[in-house]
Order: sequence, then structure tokens, then C-alpha cells
Amino acid sequence: MPELNRTALFDLHLELGAKMVPFAGYEMPVQYRLGVMKEHLHCRLAAGLFDVSHMGQVLLRARSGKAADAAAALERLVPVDLLGLGEGRQRYAMFTDENGGILDDLMVANRGDHLFLVVNAARKADDFAHLRAHLSGECAVEEIADRCLLALQGPAAEAVLEAIASGAAEMRFMDVATLDSGFGPLWVSRSGYTGEDGFEISVEEGQAEALARALLSRDEVEPIGLGARDSLRLEAGLCLYGHDIDTTTTPVEADLSWAIQKARRAGGARAGGFPGAARILDELDAGPTRLRVGLRPQTRAPMREGALLYAEEEGGTPVGAVTSGAFGPSVEAPISMGYVPVELSGEGRNLWGEVRGKRLPAEVCALPFRPAGYKR
Amino acid sequence: MKFTEEHEWLRVEDDLVVVGITEHAAEQLGDIVFVELPEEGKTVSKDDEIVVIESVKAASDILAPLDGEIVEVNEALPDNPGLVNEDPLGEAWFFKMKVEDLSALDEYMDEAAYKAFIG
Repeated sequence: MPELNRTALFDLHLELGAKMVPFAGYEMPVQYRLGVMKEHLHCRLAAGLFDVSHMGQVLLRARSGKAADAAAALERLVPVDLLGLGEGRQRYAMFTDENGGILDDLMVANRGDHLFLVVNAARKADDFAHLRAHLSGECAVEEIADRCLLALQGPAAEAVLEAIASGAAEMRFMDVATLDSGFGPLWVSRSGYTGEDGFEISVEEGQAEALARALLSRDEVEPIGLGARDSLRLEAGLCLYGHDIDTTTTPVEADLSWAIQKARRAGGARAGGFPGAARILDELDAGPTRLRVGLRPQTRAPMREGALLYAEEEGGTPVGAVTSGAFGPSVEAPISMGYVPVELSGEGRNLWGEVRGKRLPAEVCALPFRPAGYKR
Repeated sequence: MKFTEEHEWLRVEDDLVVVGITEHAAEQLGDIVFVELPEEGKTVSKDDEIVVIESVKAASDILAPLDGEIVEVNEALPDNPGLVNEDPLGEAWFFKMKVEDLSALDEYMDEAAYKAFIG
């Protein structure tokens, strides 16, 4: 087994009592002293600090020096309108493959003269190679190895960050900005992976621990591990790559059609022109055959990833499977997401999920499982 | 009190064996969110999987420590699984068993041995 990487906050995690686990090639904190449940609830109540430095940070610069040329180039790999992405704004996107499957999901920010991308840790090596293979003609693809990424999430995040980096409070959801701080220039986006208001902060590696300590010195802020990160994102109805989305799911099946703007759809100014466009545009037009849905198990038993879904309580063959499932600490009930045929995807539809050999009832429900706290 | 290698504690009360999980087990499992208990009156064999507990992390089983009959289960647990984290040695007992021969308990560890076992 190859040696695991460590982020610049490794020693701080240990000092904070973290239980470390291997994750996407890194040794990462799965929980701290509070434990998953209390960390989850604290993040929703006040603020949580996450080390997400394992994620990939990429700068995409057009050789022409114009951000629009980088955007036009990247549009060849994603079904998203990036020419329409204004300076200082960020959008959710996904790399698609020739079959319309999802290679990774990512954030793309327009930072004036270049684009800034944040991609999943487990996919970053492939993403870098993919970007270089397809965009090297017009763009320099610069992998950032000397910056950490921290996420500060929760209703108290704004006040905490504003005290350290003036200007944070003026940002709104999906804005990006460079903010001056005592920890060097911070590349800040008002976004996250919890369903809460909050920020993701790219900071010079040498300043990361000091920034983390400054944030943690506030009573409102507790460190949060990967365990609570997963239950927070699940309650927010957000996809986890490799589980809810992968190369076997299209963005339309994954109910991510909202991320495909008009300009890239049939009849749009730049319709298609991304890998798998034929299938994806066809699904946008005719509808997919299956869809990612929310599921509310009707007993207290969590219905976890891999649980087979049935249309009937007895007999029949599976109609789909759960892709993420856990107990939701804030909704105080088990929650799941999974794929089902479109004709079974209506809200309120009763299905059955197999847990330890028994079929237990679960109701199709709207996502997210609780309203988001984004500051729009 | 006796302890199994599966991190259960066993206590004799009115000739019944009361079974729960240790503090160490509760801590390792993390926040418990689901408990499924056996039916009262069920006859069980040693090592049968008779209780399902799920934490925020994963599902695990509790095995019957002895042959016998389940005579009572803790009805408070399915509605309040968090009790297992709050008071694993007290209020969060799982079930009470009637066994033929209480001397079968002797094969299990005493507290000192269990402490050494978990290190």
C-alpha cells in the first residue's frame, strides 16, 4: 500500500484528538472529540471548521491571457455555461465522458484573468490528466500544491471569517474573492458542502495552521471530521462522487439538470459540444429512464449504500439501489438517496428497501432533506 | 460482572442474566442511532446474532452470550438509542435471559481480565 499523504494540518488534527483514517490517499480526521453526531449538530448551530486540503486545486489560464478563452476551452469538457460565468462568481460543474457519465464533479470560479477549479481528492490525478490532455493547446493547467483548503460552515461562519478577513460578510452565495488577512491573501468562496451558509478558503500552506488556530480560537467554531461532513452533505441532498454519481450516471439521471444552463442545451447559443452531449441533450428533452431521489425510510433502521430497492413488499426484482444512506442527526431520522425508475420517482411514492434480508418501507421525498441556509 | 470478547457485559440479577455493551464498545461504535431487539420469549443459542445496533458509522450485531431464553428486552432503547452512549452499563441494558446453568458465566472474563483485554 502506498504511503498516505498528510495535509499541513496533520499535527493539529492529532492535537485536537482526531481519529485519523485513510481517505482518498490521505490520512484524514474522521471525527474529533465531540464525535460525529455532536459535530454535525454544532455545525448547523454555530460553525464548523473542515480541513479539505486533500481536494485538488487547479488554475486554468488561457495562453491569450483572457479568462473567456479559458472558459470557452473548459466548456468542451463540461455541460455548463462558463462564458456566462461573471468575474467573482462560481458555478457547480461536472466532467462528462463520451457516454454522458460523470467523471467528476467540481467547482469552477472566474477569478478575473483565470479560472480556479476545485475537484475531488480521489479524482484529482485523473482530472489533471484530463484537463492537460484536452486543454493544453490553449491553456496552462496549473496544479496548486502549496495551498491548503479549509471550509468554515454554519450560521456563525460569516461573523467569524469577517473578523479575520474583512469583506467576507459582503459576499453572497457562490461569490469568490481574494481577501487580505493576517494569514496572507485568502481565496474565498461563499459555498460549501453542508447546506449551511459558509466559506471555502484557500490559504498558503505555511499559513494554514495559524489560520485554522485563529478560527478555532472562537467559541463558535469546532473542528469537524469526515463523518459529520458526510451526514451534513447527505441532509443537504448533495452528491458524493463515487457513490451517488459516477461514470454510470448522467447529470440528468442524477437530477443535476439545473447545473446545465440554457446556453448548453438544445437551441442554446452553444448547445452541446461536451463529451456525451448526444445522450445528455436527449435525456434533457425526452427525460431520463431513472432518477436520483430522496428516500425517507419509514422505520428507524438506516438504509445504507447498496440496499436494493423494490416496488413491492414481496416478490419482484430490484428497481434500483440506495447510493447514500445514514441517520440524519438534524432531521432526527434515517435518510437515503438512490436511483429509481422515473415512473416510481414521484414524491410520496412508497418503495421498499432491503435491510438485513428484510424489506422495509421507504417513501420517495423531495431533496434536500432540510432547507439550505445559503445567503443568496 | 462478567465480560465477553465481543464487549458485552453480563450481570446476574434475580437469577436472570442481564446483558449490555461496555463503555469501551459504546465509545468505539460512536453515536448509536438504531437498536433492534429480539422478541421476548425467544429461545436463543450461544453466538446467535440477536440484537442489531447501528451507529452513525456502521451496523453491528450483539451475540447471545449463552444458550437460553430472552425473557425481557429494554423497550426504552429502540425509541432512544442514544441511551447506549449515555449509560451503557446502567439504563442501557439490552435484554435479560433465563439460562439453565449460571455457572456457564464462569468462562467469561472478570473486570480485571477485560481491562487487560482492551488494553
